[in-house]
Amino acid sequence: MRQEYLVPAQDFSVAGVASSNLKRLLKQLNIDPLTIKRIMVAVFEAEVNVIAHSYGGRIVCDLEEEKITIQVIDTGPGIPDLDLAMTEGWSTASEQVRELGYGAGMGLPNIKKNCDHLTIKTKAGDHTHITMGFSLKESI
Amino acid sequence: MKLKDILACVDAVLVCGESHLEDEVKRGFASDLMSDVLTILEDDILLITGLSNNQAIRTAEMSDISNILLVRNKKPSQTMIDMANELNIALAYTSYSLFKTSGLLFAQGLKPVY
Repeated sequence: MRQEYLVPAQDFSVAGVASSNLKRLLKQLNIDPLTIKRIMVAVFEAEVNVIAHSYGGRIVCDLEEEKITIQVIDTGPGIPDLDLAMTEGWSTASEQVRELGYGAGMGLPNIKKNCDHLTIKTKAGDHTHITMGFSLKESI
Repeated sequence: MKLKDILACVDAVLVCGESHLEDEVKRGFASDLMSDVLTILEDDILLITGLSNNQAIRTAEMSDISNILLVRNKKPSQTMIDMANELNIALAYTSYSLFKTSGLLFAQGLKPVY
């Protein structure tokens, strides 16, 4: 089963709506609560990143019997130094983003912590494509 | 601590979520940074925050947090109340500071996450 959610740029009034819709779906599928929480923290962080840092994008979820794969694909402008972006506490977030409670430089590290598999393809001037894998073997 | 005892301890006003008053809350986490809240995977925690906006409710939803206490007299907006009602989250506020609220609750036995 594939589900897709659009994420607009810079519109924090809808931040979390895509993640909330996905959470509702995962609950209906009876996935265990801790796995849902790990997935939701990672996806919500990625959704906030798309809104805060990109020109907009989409979240594509592929739900299979033993795993869930979630791709977060934005439309640019890419991350110039991925190693730096993966460092806890490092952030380029605007003052507006910080006032909303985000931009502490925990997003990508927190995504990595909660995924079973993570790949990030990005470069400056291009788009960012994050693929997160979650195993469901122990939860069903 | 039960939520009703937490609210009494810091003279808080419950805005919505009366059904949570008998909830047993194991631990408290105080932060205005939602990025920090999202690092917590513990269940049954009380989020104590001065961040009174929709993002506090969304973050609680993603982290399975059912009880939010706003400090510094940050009264929630109607949008926040509507979201909290829809998500079955108890929302309360107190005029006390984050420091005073956390100190009083810690002294009463509410445990920290770490």
